[in-house]
Amino acid sequence: MTRDEARALIERVVKLSKADGVQVSLAAGDEKNIRFADNRITTSGTASDVSVRIFSAFGKRHAVASTNDISDAGLERSVRQSETLARLAPEDPEALPLLGAQTYRDVRSHFASSANVSAEARARAAAITLDAAKAAGDLKAAGLLVTTNGIDALGNGSGLFAYHPSTTVDFTTTIRTADGTGSGWAGANHRDWSRIDFKATSDRAIAKARLSRNPTAIEPGRYTVILEPQAVGDLVSLMAGALDARSAEEGRSAFSKPGGGTKLAEKIVDERVSFVSDPADAAILSTPFDNDGQPLSRQVWVENGVLKNLGYSRFWAQKQGKVATGSPSSLKLEGGTESLEDIIKSTQRGVLVTRFWYIRPVNQRTLLFTGLTRDGTFMVEDGKISRPVKNMRFNESPLFMLGKLEAIGRPVRLSGDSSGLVMPAIRVRDFAFTSLSDAV
Amino acid sequence: MLNIPWNSRDHKRSFVAMTKRRDFLKSGAVAAGAIVASRLLRPADALASLVPESADIEKLLLQAVDAMRSAGASFADARIGRYRRQTISTREQQIVNVVDTDTIGIGVRALVRGTWGFAGTRDLTPDGVSKAVREAIAIAKANRIPGAEPVALAPGEKHGRVSWKSAYATDPWDVALEEKAQLLFKANAEALKVPSVRFVQGSMSFVKEEKHYANTDGSIISQTIIRSDLPYTVTAVAPDNSDSQSRGNGVQPMGRGYEYVLEQDLPTKARYWGEQAAEKLKAKSVEAGVYDMILTPSNLFLTIHESLGHSTELDRALGHEANMAGTSFLAPPREKLGTFRVGSDIMNIQGDRSQPGACATIGYDDDGIKPDDFLLIKNGIFNDYQTTRELAPTLDWWYKKQGRPTRSHGNCHADSWNSVQFQRMPNVSLLPGDKDIGLNDIVAATDKGIVMYSRGTYSIDQQRYNAQFGAQVCYEVRGGKIVGQLKDVAYQMRTPDFWGSMDMIGGKNSYELGATFSDGKGEPGQTSAVSHGCVPSRFKNLTVINTGRTR
Repeated sequence: MTRDEARALIERVVKLSKADGVQVSLAAGDEKNIRFADNRITTSGTASDVSVRIFSAFGKRHAVASTNDISDAGLERSVRQSETLARLAPEDPEALPLLGAQTYRDVRSHFASSANVSAEARARAAAITLDAAKAAGDLKAAGLLVTTNGIDALGNGSGLFAYHPSTTVDFTTTIRTADGTGSGWAGANHRDWSRIDFKATSDRAIAKARLSRNPTAIEPGRYTVILEPQAVGDLVSLMAGALDARSAEEGRSAFSKPGGGTKLAEKIVDERVSFVSDPADAAILSTPFDNDGQPLSRQVWVENGVLKNLGYSRFWAQKQGKVATGSPSSLKLEGGTESLEDIIKSTQRGVLVTRFWYIRPVNQRTLLFTGLTRDGTFMVEDGKISRPVKNMRFNESPLFMLGKLEAIGRPVRLSGDSSGLVMPAIRVRDFAFTSLSDAV
Repeated sequence: MLNIPWNSRDHKRSFVAMTKRRDFLKSGAVAAGAIVASRLLRPADALASLVPESADIEKLLLQAVDAMRSAGASFADARIGRYRRQTISTREQQIVNVVDTDTIGIGVRALVRGTWGFAGTRDLTPDGVSKAVREAIAIAKANRIPGAEPVALAPGEKHGRVSWKSAYATDPWDVALEEKAQLLFKANAEALKVPSVRFVQGSMSFVKEEKHYANTDGSIISQTIIRSDLPYTVTAVAPDNSDSQSRGNGVQPMGRGYEYVLEQDLPTKARYWGEQAAEKLKAKSVEAGVYDMILTPSNLFLTIHESLGHSTELDRALGHEANMAGTSFLAPPREKLGTFRVGSDIMNIQGDRSQPGACATIGYDDDGIKPDDFLLIKNGIFNDYQTTRELAPTLDWWYKKQGRPTRSHGNCHADSWNSVQFQRMPNVSLLPGDKDIGLNDIVAATDKGIVMYSRGTYSIDQQRYNAQFGAQVCYEVRGGKIVGQLKDVAYQMRTPDFWGSMDMIGGKNSYELGATFSDGKGEPGQTSAVSHGCVPSRFKNLTVINTGRTR
């Protein structure tokens, strides 16, 4: 959907509205995927859809209705529905007027190379991994390739209009050894199809699968760990929610201070740690506005280990006399210059973790989470991977972990569930593993 | 996807890819989502512009199925579905959001020379359907790999024109929004009467699915399904902000309508949960060690879901989910079926989609099959897997040995018109014991134990061996009596050892349904709702850890 088409659709809705305030969020696009497992293509498909979300407000009463029917009748029905609900909704004391026109940065997230990938091209890409696994004879490949091509737009009756086209390509694969004793995972993600190296990604997963065969158990306990970028992202992204200023100030977050107040301006983690959100970062390229239409610029959350900023919603910012931060959809942990290999080389003894799985909160005040290692867990001794070890459950907090930092590498763009994250490999001491898992 | 939550209350959905969230069981949080009509806008009116007349629906479905057959499909089906969600979220005495979503479209699936193709479109015109059919066929052809084993389906069923509706009395879309919000406000006010309770998040979430299905076997099936969820969390904070404790997940999601919401007596329960959260601030922190765990149905259902529900999925056992959800310890099938002991001999686990009001209960699945009731685990021994028409034939050998014909158990499901159907969990339930005993009898028979209520923290590995579960509320048992609340409790377990340690289970009078409203599986991720019936049960000598450490 072009900028003009998006604007025209939003204007149709605004014209239909009888509410005091109306705002329209529009998302349109295609998603195409191919999935494989057990060395064959399993399911694949395409879906094409539009979503029009209509926010209507009467004074402090508001509601949202959404539809994918963009005929005149469909839009009118949804506008009336949104208004009916808004009139019935109780007053929201936190309701705010809609934003007027804003200026947004130009972020190029749309690549022609990714916009029209054919069924044949998807099948050929999947075949790179499948052929390698079949040729090996003792490997089973599973994986997913998804491409998306679409737009996000936002407009209201107060002059605001935002439009952002984007494409994504996401490829992940898990290779298991046929005897069921080894498993390796790797992924790649970019806006630009031509930047995805299918062969290198599948080679990484294959190497990990072979190396992880017949793991032995080590006693659960506190270990020095080397976390690959994906594993770091799995844990560090969990801190994002705790950056909310409101819950910190209301005394229910990891950044609340006992006795009142927040930990703002305090050193919370190792001084080599800085967190930044920036949609225009070349490794990110995400939408330069949030759901409210607030422009997103570079935002520093943690700098040299010190908590610099908390996230303020428009309401909370106004109430507390602060500036609203916008709600970013990306997070980068700025690192050093070392590669994963460098970090392994400088490690005397530690556990190397490829990624984590099924992470769930255990204690919100300490950000303690539990979860398990998966798809490539190894012992590192004297600067080398010495042997595969069985997967283990951890009970650990990213906050504790980043306070026990020993080394930090170059940040890279993550894939799969973690798109929007840019993370380095790290080494930390005293990471708490609490039990063994027989899972491969 | 990173989701930083402090922004607006209007969680926008991005385009298709972004709506397919891959998270697994969502914890009590309300999924962003949904739209709707009140009394002022009756469903019949609302339907007018959105859904074609029923004759047109049938015409489009048959057009799609016929076109795929003509294009060389040995089997084909088409689904037109309208999916509505309504969510009302409140905190304390204010509204947070009212969201109502509505989406309709068609998904067509073709099996061409043993390879699948699928396409979904919102364009419900003959041209739109033709385009989707061409796309599905093109994908099936592009994905054929020479020499690959073709997909073979278990027998289909010819149902003709049939319809089915889930067990609801009051359609939530027929209840005014104000009434729903007022009920939440009333409950929130009750919870806030408890002195240390500072925050309350109360929500209602409703789902309505109107599904129409046709396939080349000669079935035209219409189904209407309603589900209700009441995510509710009360948080108490210590006077000096040094601790905060919550009590949530007190009401089980159900495949029923607004009458179920009214039956809950939410205000009374909210007050009680507030008292429990306040008491938890002062509760004793558990001493790590070995305890006999007494798990009530509101808590045990999730352990069943995670350790048995997912491990008995045949697609997982065959490696189809290896890249995401994982595989299963119950594999390969030939080494486990009929021989592997999963638990003690009082353990019988049933799969079904027939219990009235259960979340996975339906009339016909998305393969066009009428599901049956079957025993996954029989007297502690592994007995069967969850199946679809594509998966069941891989167990021919086992069914022959049992003297049963090979047929799908009817466990095929897609979460929307634009997602491809695959194997999803039916209701998976622990059957009651023969003795008519209940929770009190089990507590009385226990010397050193802990009773757990409602789902808390949970995590399990990708083959479903090693798990850790917490709860919302825990009580210490000493000498056959409950002596007080405990906090920071989680037990760690290994699935077969855990079920092997089950030595007491309640009788049929203590049977209850627990459920999860959005269980994740597949890639791109899909959700489903599923219930688990069970009875209070005791597990001997489990390892309990203390989750309260601060460094």
